[in-house]
Amino acid sequence: MKEKFFQKSLIEDLLDEQNKHPQKYLPPKTLKKIAKKHKRPIPQVYSVASFYPRLSLKPRAKYIIRVCENLACHMEGAEKVIEAIKEFLNIDFGETTKDGLFYLEKSSCLGLCSLAPVILINDDIHGNLTPEKVKEILKNYIEKEKSSKN
Amino acid sequence: MKKLVDIKINGKSYLMPEGITILEACKRAGIHIPTLCYLEGITEGGHCGICVVEVKGARNLQRACITKIKEGMEIYTDTPLVRKARKTIYELTLANHKSTCPACQKEEPCEIRKIAKNIGLSEVEVELLFKEHEKDRSIINRDQTKCIECRRCVNTCEKIQGINTLIVDGKGFNSRISPPYNLPLKNTPCVFCGQCVVRCPTGALTEKDDTEKVLDALQDPNKYVVVSFAPAVRASIGELFGLPPGTLVIGKLVAALRKLGFDKVFDVNYGADLTIVEEANELIERIKFRKTLPMFTSCCPAWVKFVEEFYPEMIPNLSTCKSPQAMLGAVIKNFLPELENIPKDKIVHVTIMPCTAKKYEILRPDIMGDIDYVLTVRELAKMIKIAGIDLLSLEDEEEDIPFGEYSGAAAIFGVTGGVMEAALRTAVEWLTGETFSNLDFVPVRGMKNIRIAEIDIKDLKLKVAVAHTLKAAQEVLEKIKNKELDIQFLEVMACPGGCIGGGGQPIPTTEEILRKRAEALYTLDKNKEIRKSHENPFIKFLYEKFLGNYGSEKAHKLLHAKYSHKPNWDDIFNKSYEEICKEVLKY
Ligand code: SF4
Ligand code: SF4
Ligand code: SF4
Repeated sequence: MKEKFFQKSLIEDLLDEQNKHPQKYLPPKTLKKIAKKHKRPIPQVYSVASFYPRLSLKPRAKYIIRVCENLACHMEGAEKVIEAIKEFLNIDFGETTKDGLFYLEKSSCLGLCSLAPVILINDDIHGNLTPEKVKEILKNYIEKEKSSKN
Repeated sequence: MKKLVDIKINGKSYLMPEGITILEACKRAGIHIPTLCYLEGITEGGHCGICVVEVKGARNLQRACITKIKEGMEIYTDTPLVRKARKTIYELTLANHKSTCPACQKEEPCEIRKIAKNIGLSEVEVELLFKEHEKDRSIINRDQTKCIECRRCVNTCEKIQGINTLIVDGKGFNSRISPPYNLPLKNTPCVFCGQCVVRCPTGALTEKDDTEKVLDALQDPNKYVVVSFAPAVRASIGELFGLPPGTLVIGKLVAALRKLGFDKVFDVNYGADLTIVEEANELIERIKFRKTLPMFTSCCPAWVKFVEEFYPEMIPNLSTCKSPQAMLGAVIKNFLPELENIPKDKIVHVTIMPCTAKKYEILRPDIMGDIDYVLTVRELAKMIKIAGIDLLSLEDEEEDIPFGEYSGAAAIFGVTGGVMEAALRTAVEWLTGETFSNLDFVPVRGMKNIRIAEIDIKDLKLKVAVAHTLKAAQEVLEKIKNKELDIQFLEVMACPGGCIGGGGQPIPTTEEILRKRAEALYTLDKNKEIRKSHENPFIKFLYEKFLGNYGSEKAHKLLHAKYSHKPNWDDIFNKSYEEICKEVLKY
């Protein structure tokens, strides 16, 4: 009984496993593992995972860039920032950069309107952005990756 | 007794049991409400919205399928507001649906077409919103552009077969009904039972259509085209020609098949008798020589595939006997040339089955080449109509011999419990060495999903079980695995009610219709002079002339099959995402 109470919900397990994966997604094997744990048919767990925009069944990247498209961000020039990201990384929404580092996706309001325009890179908030600023931020990420490899 | 509540429908008062839905209440009051997604016992509805009604005091229109009645409720089913809403919802449905009606394989049973008359569209102007998709073609064809996402197939595959092949993938406007990753059905554990096909309200799910190929073969002067029809076909085909369910159609069916140009008309029931003598013989050998028990019947290809996928450790339990269709196929291709003096390569053998899985069965390596085409009952009816044959006005004719003669035992193969009963009639006589006049094994009959019976005759004790639907079969297999159930013989049919409820049968099949089709087959059995498979004189003839003894080497070569493990979900999800991507359909 106690164990059942403390057992993580299906959604929690899916999110945890996704975060653990270097490409931030749920590969087939992981879905299978979670399905077994929860004693649910694998296709049903797949279906649940497909329902939540936060969960991905496709490989993504080490860094998930989520940009807010809501009114507040829009008014503060989010569009230009988004353009800058797309141009700098040479990807569109739903795509991964060639080096597998970044994945770009739209998001509903991040609840950080005071920082508009704002983006999330994994769990880190970057606010009050301009096209120049966002490029700097992305460069820093790339630098960090290079140095960690060396 | 349930409490009764007072409600009004369209101004008239009714007393109805508390807790039923508006839809149910209206049905009891004789008022028809159109529905597209709701299906009794399968989907509770709530998706399509076409069933909306006005309820006094409610802020919005209410969906009749999921709204329960309450004391004092006033329901209006036919107001201008309701009509307008239904029209709008219907137009939206059409916008997402590729309407190719005249060429759509679904034909009359299409529910989008059926409810048009409840909507009363005078002019349709819809902007088409559906996306083109790659079609999934195999035994069961999937056409996404016709799917209205009612989820009937999803629930069918889950609740009836427990396989979960079709699921909802994604959310909202971007969702899709498909196997995970949009894999083609042939790359999934789908057993091709067709239960989703008979419940799909549209042409999104249909069986592989082989009518053209058969018509071509019939026109080819170099071919000798032989046809055989399955036990359950005669109990249902009448429905497609306006006869009430449960009408047996045999003589006229034979006549229609001859008119279509088939050179010989045989009966899969002959194959069923053959299956029984081989299978009873196998059961006795397994008991005598203490081989693997319980033995599982193997005449339903959907069930066989299911065991190969999900219970590979139980493959040795499957009877090695081929199905009636496959046995007859082997016999016709191997012995008809000699009997009729025709070269083997001229023979084309077509079978008429209540089943979509039989189209898959003929592609199995042991059977390949023995049967050329399988037509469902629906396909045959279509062919008869295309040829302009007025089935009902034909004079009765008889099947050809030797492969058209059958016992009452074969006749009941089409209904759940029938194979078991037929096998017992033969096995019990062989095991006890006596002849019995009472041949009815009533405990194995009926429509309960799982039936367990003990046979206690003389010093012979047998415990047997019968299950229909793979969900029920799964329950039995788990019990056997956990040693909670000790039996010697298990019959499983994948379709509810057995083949009388098969995926190739007329649409719809309801419980009432199932009962009538079953009755028809039991009546046929009762009226047969020969009611045991081993007494069929042409079965004796076959063994004397060609096969030797029951279970002989020759019989094994022709009439028995091998099984092997087939991929289940574990195997599929063990692949990497990239590997799976190579198989998926474009979306
Ligand atoms: S044919 Fe049977 S197994 Fe296949 S998807 Fe339909 S219901 Fe499921
Ligand atoms: S395929 Fe048919 S049954 Fe399944 S959701 Fe679509 S329309 Fe409904
Ligand atoms: S029960 Fe009969 S109709 Fe259904 S899949 Fe099995 S053989 Fe075919």
